[in-house]
Amino acid sequence: MVKEIERAGIPVVHICTVTPISMTVGANRIVPAIAIPHPLGNPELPADEEYELRRKLVDKALEALSTEVDDQTIFEV
Amino acid sequence: MSKFKVVHYINQFFGQVGGEEMAHIPAEKRKGPVGPGLAFTKNFGDDAEIVATIVCGDSWFNENLELATETVLAMVKEESPDLFIAGPAFNAGRYGVACGTICDAVQTELGIPVLTGMYVENPGADMFRTKVLIVSTADSAAGMRRAVPAMAKLALKLVKGERIGASVEEGYIPDGVRRNFFDKKRGSTRALEMLLKKIAGEPFETEYPMPTFDRVPPMPAITDMTKATIAIVTSGGIVPKGNPDRIESSSASKYGSYNIEGVDDLTSETYETAHGGHDPVYANEDADRVIPVDVLRQYEKEGKIGKLHDWFYSTVGNGTAVASSKKYAAEIAEKLISYDVDAVVLTST
Amino acid sequence: MKLEVGYIDIKGIRFGDYNAVEDGILIVNPEPLLEPVLEDPLIKSAHFEIATPGESIRITPVKDVIEPRVKVEGGGGVFPGMVSKVDTVGSGKTHVLRGMAVVTAGPIVGFQEGIIDMTGVGADYTPFSKLHNLVLVMEPVEDFKQHEYEAAARLAGLRTAAAIGELARELVPDETVVYETPTIAESFKEEWKDLPRVGYVMMLQSQGLLHDTYVYGVDAKRTLSTLISATEVMDGAIVSGNCVSACDKNTTYHHQNNPVIHDLLAVHGKKINFVGTIITNENVYLDDKIRSSDWTSKMARYLSLDAAIITQEGFGNPDTDLIMNCTKLEKQGIKTVIITDEYAGQDGKSQSLADADELANAVVTGGNANEVVVLPPLDRVIGTLDYVDTVAGGHAGSLRPDGSIEAELQIITGSTNEMGFNRMSAR
Repeated sequence: MVKEIERAGIPVVHICTVTPISMTVGANRIVPAIAIPHPLGNPELPADEEYELRRKLVDKALEALSTEVDDQTIFEV
Repeated sequence: MSKFKVVHYINQFFGQVGGEEMAHIPAEKRKGPVGPGLAFTKNFGDDAEIVATIVCGDSWFNENLELATETVLAMVKEESPDLFIAGPAFNAGRYGVACGTICDAVQTELGIPVLTGMYVENPGADMFRTKVLIVSTADSAAGMRRAVPAMAKLALKLVKGERIGASVEEGYIPDGVRRNFFDKKRGSTRALEMLLKKIAGEPFETEYPMPTFDRVPPMPAITDMTKATIAIVTSGGIVPKGNPDRIESSSASKYGSYNIEGVDDLTSETYETAHGGHDPVYANEDADRVIPVDVLRQYEKEGKIGKLHDWFYSTVGNGTAVASSKKYAAEIAEKLISYDVDAVVLTST
Repeated sequence: MKLEVGYIDIKGIRFGDYNAVEDGILIVNPEPLLEPVLEDPLIKSAHFEIATPGESIRITPVKDVIEPRVKVEGGGGVFPGMVSKVDTVGSGKTHVLRGMAVVTAGPIVGFQEGIIDMTGVGADYTPFSKLHNLVLVMEPVEDFKQHEYEAAARLAGLRTAAAIGELARELVPDETVVYETPTIAESFKEEWKDLPRVGYVMMLQSQGLLHDTYVYGVDAKRTLSTLISATEVMDGAIVSGNCVSACDKNTTYHHQNNPVIHDLLAVHGKKINFVGTIITNENVYLDDKIRSSDWTSKMARYLSLDAAIITQEGFGNPDTDLIMNCTKLEKQGIKTVIITDEYAGQDGKSQSLADADELANAVVTGGNANEVVVLPPLDRVIGTLDYVDTVAGGHAGSLRPDGSIEAELQIITGSTNEMGFNRMSAR
């Protein structure tokens, strides 16, 4: 899906846990997520800390969208 | 004559530990065959035996790739086996990736023959087909009865050092190496039969797939995020509570478009996940853990982004055919363009 | 055109005092057959040898393989424009000595002649190990020009095959088959209205420098794509003049027994309407490639084709001609299947074809020509082993001290044939 949307001309950032799959499939901007059942969360943490975690991931995602890339790039938090 | 020693890797489900709720368990080693290992034992006959089975949670493996690989490698090394097999994983994505990863590592680090099996569309197949021999299986465990004998047969050839034939002969996913074999009919007859199918619009299989170079060039970056409209798309299956569109938990036949105008936060009362491929508990408790509506809405209010698009688009990326996903994404893209969306955050589980 | 072909089965060959076919045995008296061969000033010496299926014999270097045939009735003679006059062939009656071939061998012309093993692993890869072969071994004079010698050897082989074919003129065939090809008007008859209109596009090697094919004696390099009848091809209208890689060179035998033509004729009027055959070349200039493939697709349109099988000869830059022919037909809505072979490297990992297009979605392969095979030492060599290391497919050290040969399949005559003659494939 990432590629199809990008093919249509819209930059996409892929937030996912299993980044090797994203690489193989061909996403250009990738942000590694926390875990499969909760990519942008961590139920172990208290609510406010979890929100902060999510915020950092979103920041990274927005940063990826604002960065020119030539090739597939993983943006680590 | 002693039998070849085999170590078998399976996930928490086939290891009879539990389903999704146990996908987090770390690797553990057990003596002898477990689950599908028993069927393998039958098929190996006098030639080989499974001396140990490693049972591992799919999520644990995928979320701790390095540690998991190291741990399982050490377990395998302890047994000094002649052969290592994993799966079959059918269409389970994390399981397929785990099988491919661990087979690749065992082959490289321990230098022993390895074999796994999965459905051709399993993400693990594309990732590992050129590194590790992968037997082609059905897309669900209903194909176990066929998969095990095929895997056992090829595994024995590998461990005995026998010549491996072409992919169609041995039943493995084409691994990027062309191998000759003698077909039943001569080429001209095969061509005529292929042509008749093509004319009739029936499916046919080419003997040589043209190389594809499918990479999409990256789109230009956003220059001013404060003015940009960001849209959320997800394969994590987040839907309004009650799943009004009845998006399937696996092999989704559709995607949904959901309006979030005025929505600041997703709650367990208002949203849930339809995804059947992992433990749904956390997503159901708080769907923001899958699509960060709360953070993006906050950023919209703060002016960090121009606008959070009024709609998010959702489907379930669990065993969904690649062709289907492509179709949904193409339609979604059309909508995004009509709404002048500048960029997309796409989340996956 | 309508051609009645009478097949006389040959079960053995032996030398004797006269030339005749008796009870399926070909009796050969070499002297009268060698006379015309030795008339050519370029040929210093020539002799015959016999190779029977299963014998421990290695024939090398092999130039061409030709089936003896004779025109009993109807216009012209076999190999028009080469051995016979240029009169149009393809109708009437033709006799074939089936189960045997004339094989031309002897010191090398280019570096692309091949090997035929009559037994062992190598025999599995060539159809010619199953034939009774009358091998014409020739030796050129000291000072010769390659292309002149190639012409001399080529004509010697064709003349010999025609002379032996002559022995079948009065014989009663063991099997008779009638082949009929429609005119364009006939192809539109009511009876065949619902059958898909299928054509055959035959690509001919025409790279020059000993990579040539002749149509009624005309160098295919100099032709524009055109129509030919399936039955003309059966009478030897197209002969090989090339020493291209032995594995995918179409020998004259392949042309005479074109498997695509036979398979299409077998279902003509039943599953398909086999409308016609288009021949086209594979020249080395881009303009020629464009012109020829454009012409081919134009002819296909004139024939109102629904579909076509395209066969190639050779590899490398002809892959571009292949893809051009395929895509131009496909873009006109004509469904294609292409038959080719592969050069995927000895490890099988390289890109098999030099060119590619997603429209070429239906491919039949004759196999990877780079795959390495070890041929066992055999008792007798017809010809000479001097060139094994240098022919395409061989390498320094291919010929081992014990007489075995380690080389690519490229070296075996007909092994990866792109007309679909063999059962070998690859995945």
